Amino acid sequence: MKRPIRVLIAKPGLDGHDRGAKVIARALRDAGMEVIYTGLRQTPEQIVAAAVQEDVDVVGLSLLSGAHNYLFPKVADLLKEQGVDDVLIIGGGVIPNEDIQGLKEAGISEIFTPGTPTAKMIEYIKNNLKRI
Amino acid sequence: MFDKEKLSHIKEVRQKWEDGVLAKTLNKAPESKEEFKSVSGALVNRLYTPEDVENIDYESEIGYPGQYPFTRGYQPTMYRGRPWTMRMYAGFATAEESNERYKYLVSQGSTGLSVAFDLPTQIGYDSDHSLAQGEVGKVGVAIDSLRDMEILFDGIPLDKVSTSMTINAPAAVLLAMYIAVAEKQGVSPDKLRGTIQNDILKEYIARGTYIFPTEPSMRLITNIFEYCSKHVPKWNTISISGYHIREAGSTAAQEVGFTLADGIAYVEAAIKAGLDVDTFAPRLSFFFNSHNDLFEEVAKFRAARRLWAKIMKNRFKAKDEKSMMLKFHTQTAGCTLTAQQPDNNIIRVAMQALAAVLGGTQSLHTNSRDEALALPTTDSVTIALRTQQIIANETGVANTVDPLAGSYFIEAKTKEIEVKAMEYITKIDELGGAARAIDLGYIQKEISDSAYQYQMEIESLERIVVGVNKYQVEEDAPKGLLRVDPIVAEMQKEKINEVKAKRNNLAVEEKLDLLKKACEGTENVMPFILDAVKEYASLGEICGVMREVFGEYEQAVLI
Amino acid sequence: MDGDLMSYSQLIEKMLAGDKRSCAKLITAVENDPEKAEKIIREIHQYTGKAHIIGITGPPGAGKSTLTDKIVKKLISQGNKVAVIAVDPTSPYSGGSILGDRIRMQDLALNPDVFIRSMGTRGYLGGLSKYTKNALKILDAAGYNHIIIETVGVGQSEVDVVKIADTIVMVMVPGLGDDIQSIKAGIMEIGDIFVINKSDLFGADRTALEVNMMLDLTMEMDRRPPVVKVTAVKNEGIDDLVNEIKEHLNYLKESRKLEERRKANIKLEVLELMEEQLRKIAISHTDSENKLEDEVIEILNKNKNAYEVRDKLLKGMGTHLRESL
Repeated sequence: MKRPIRVLIAKPGLDGHDRGAKVIARALRDAGMEVIYTGLRQTPEQIVAAAVQEDVDVVGLSLLSGAHNYLFPKVADLLKEQGVDDVLIIGGGVIPNEDIQGLKEAGISEIFTPGTPTAKMIEYIKNNLKRI
Repeated sequence: MFDKEKLSHIKEVRQKWEDGVLAKTLNKAPESKEEFKSVSGALVNRLYTPEDVENIDYESEIGYPGQYPFTRGYQPTMYRGRPWTMRMYAGFATAEESNERYKYLVSQGSTGLSVAFDLPTQIGYDSDHSLAQGEVGKVGVAIDSLRDMEILFDGIPLDKVSTSMTINAPAAVLLAMYIAVAEKQGVSPDKLRGTIQNDILKEYIARGTYIFPTEPSMRLITNIFEYCSKHVPKWNTISISGYHIREAGSTAAQEVGFTLADGIAYVEAAIKAGLDVDTFAPRLSFFFNSHNDLFEEVAKFRAARRLWAKIMKNRFKAKDEKSMMLKFHTQTAGCTLTAQQPDNNIIRVAMQALAAVLGGTQSLHTNSRDEALALPTTDSVTIALRTQQIIANETGVANTVDPLAGSYFIEAKTKEIEVKAMEYITKIDELGGAARAIDLGYIQKEISDSAYQYQMEIESLERIVVGVNKYQVEEDAPKGLLRVDPIVAEMQKEKINEVKAKRNNLAVEEKLDLLKKACEGTENVMPFILDAVKEYASLGEICGVMREVFGEYEQAVLI
Repeated sequence: MDGDLMSYSQLIEKMLAGDKRSCAKLITAVENDPEKAEKIIREIHQYTGKAHIIGITGPPGAGKSTLTDKIVKKLISQGNKVAVIAVDPTSPYSGGSILGDRIRMQDLALNPDVFIRSMGTRGYLGGLSKYTKNALKILDAAGYNHIIIETVGVGQSEVDVVKIADTIVMVMVPGLGDDIQSIKAGIMEIGDIFVINKSDLFGADRTALEVNMMLDLTMEMDRRPPVVKVTAVKNEGIDDLVNEIKEHLNYLKESRKLEERRKANIKLEVLELMEEQLRKIAISHTDSENKLEDEVIEILNKNKNAYEVRDKLLKGMGTHLRESL
């Protein structure tokens, strides 16, 4: 792809810990991507609206509060509802291993747990885009 | 600390040593790195000698514990009189379940309670609010009304325990609920001991559970200062927190600089509101992080104490020495816990706890090994508590006051952190104070720069994290993590509906209306909140009224 | 990209019917691919020219995003459809960017009458992206009757917004003191409305006074720009500002300046397009038989100079040019 990859980094829910989201936003920028950062306390509806209007290639969700089993699938469902099938959805945060399979089935392509190098995430994004 | 003659001799010998013994060794076996750096990225020398402390005057800069400038501790006998308070932060799911955990902790020797609230509570939403979906009971206990608070402290005598509540934007409401529960137990407010975090500035900076804009938030805080100085005199009205600033990625010096800058803003706000500095300053308390770098952390705690004492004495002209004492709670650094090989976290927590004790903390929370994965299980919490008990009872580090004082290294680093922190404070003053610096995104940007650098150092293997970028193993997914049943949200919703059905709704409306008028005016809102709480007005209703009058904060982000 | 999934005509059809996703995809296309941009713009041109284009510019930290948020809210409350293009700088090192202006407009995301798009400058100087203009046309065609362009806050060079906006709102804040002096060159001239944001801060009156003095000193102006004091976070002064924005449009219409401005901008646009096309043709012409390469060696060996080579190559380009069009 010649154009920069566009990524929406969003923090759904009420969790205010944005250290990880900010570090990732910077790492993706330094990898040449255009990162749309929407700040704290986003509802799944707002995230999806932003993803549509910004026509992003990737939606990255970051959450540490434990509400991922509700909020992540909700984002995936709403995207599906709007017919958006060309966006890669990834997630990260404090997410127990046993939840990962369920999240993947709900449409989150990959979950990055604490300690994942940003380089690995960048690699994953580049190799798994849903459109060219 | 040494006279000139002695120093020049020391210098001479040092140069000889460098040219002789040292040079020889370096020739044969060079050091493993060109530079050695602390966790915060500060340069660490090969050796510290009297030369490094030549400008530090013992009496005025180090002195004696329990007196200005309090470098060696806020109290003259420290842990010889009484060990630090072992205060384990806990709370999850419903008030019923959390109440059980508190009773367990007390039975195991925990000497103070520390309440964790769930995010909807921290942001002033009831469990049935649409934004609360998925979050109820997740990171702490859900409190919707006085009813939940009654359950939370059921069977716990509030005149006997000291309770710390991690609550900020709606701190006034939760404090009012606590006072109301105490009254029902027959305990008058003047007997209550504990702390509310009540530190909104660091919410804007790092933690994110803000509600109202800066101005009304500062008013709520000074209202609490004033109310408590009259009615709840033993209550620590604020816990000015560097913990979350450090968690967000700051360095040790930034943690001290930004936290004390916040402290300065609160003191200024209270003085502006007409309070005399010595009436509220003794009730200010602090909350710091204890990170991995043992000596840097010890130096940090000592530097914070000294710098605050100087600020209170010189800048705010406090007269009461109690106003100059920096008392603090410590929590080990959550951000250092790894999801990989979680048992390793026990060792990390032990070292960090040791640093806090060597640094003279007043109370301590030790993290549990599984917190990078989920909320801690009872087993994990027990190990974390035992860690403190082992330090207190078996290691002997609590036998003497400020045992590391006089170490050339520690004293030099204490000075270095104090100077760097003061530079940040000066910069913030130039920008117009902490609130303005936050509004401009300055503090957030400094922190996220540090966080990014730290992450890049890990990825380039410049910094080793055991089990994460070195010594990795294949491991099975950990079993037996604590899970909050989604049914909790339903139970909370039912409970709040029941409360609303049973209470006197006319009285609630009336009290909320009075609260609204108070918010619009300039009176102290505390009594109005207390009245509303007693009628079982919900947290969401009370914060809703305040949202209506005050508006909501908009986050400043610079990445 | 998804050219195969859906033809651009189809996307345009859906965009015209109000579909935001199609609108977004068309913007992506015009932002990235000049050939697609050409096809699309040719097709939608007839639907453009209806929107009032408002540029919001000013130094970093002036609160442009918050101000934009409040202006949008006011405009939609009056029944308008509003689009926002928010431009942030692209890193010259990585080519990536962090686009954070939406943070200030979170609760607008779901409004059916609002469309927000973030763009990186992608190496283009002047405070905009090279393709901002194309994106603008799509939003215009999509029926957003007010389009706000929030430029990069660089303080000095965001003057390109003049080339595409009808009304320029210049945002200042108290406390930037000396900056007013330093940004006046080139910047003061382009403002149609001056806003002193964060007017509740100490020094706001002084800043307003300074701006007013500066404007009074500025030579011949057909219209003395108003200075509006607002505090965007508190939503104070926004009504006045929106009135001034409308007032300015009326002025442009009545004085026929709107037509003048747009004509000048179209002229510029056509010239730019020609330049681009000529350059492309010139490159393909000179590259075709290594013509340039040979001449370069001649210049290097001092046998010829660059001007003579230019003239020679241009003369030979005549036929090539005709064939290319």
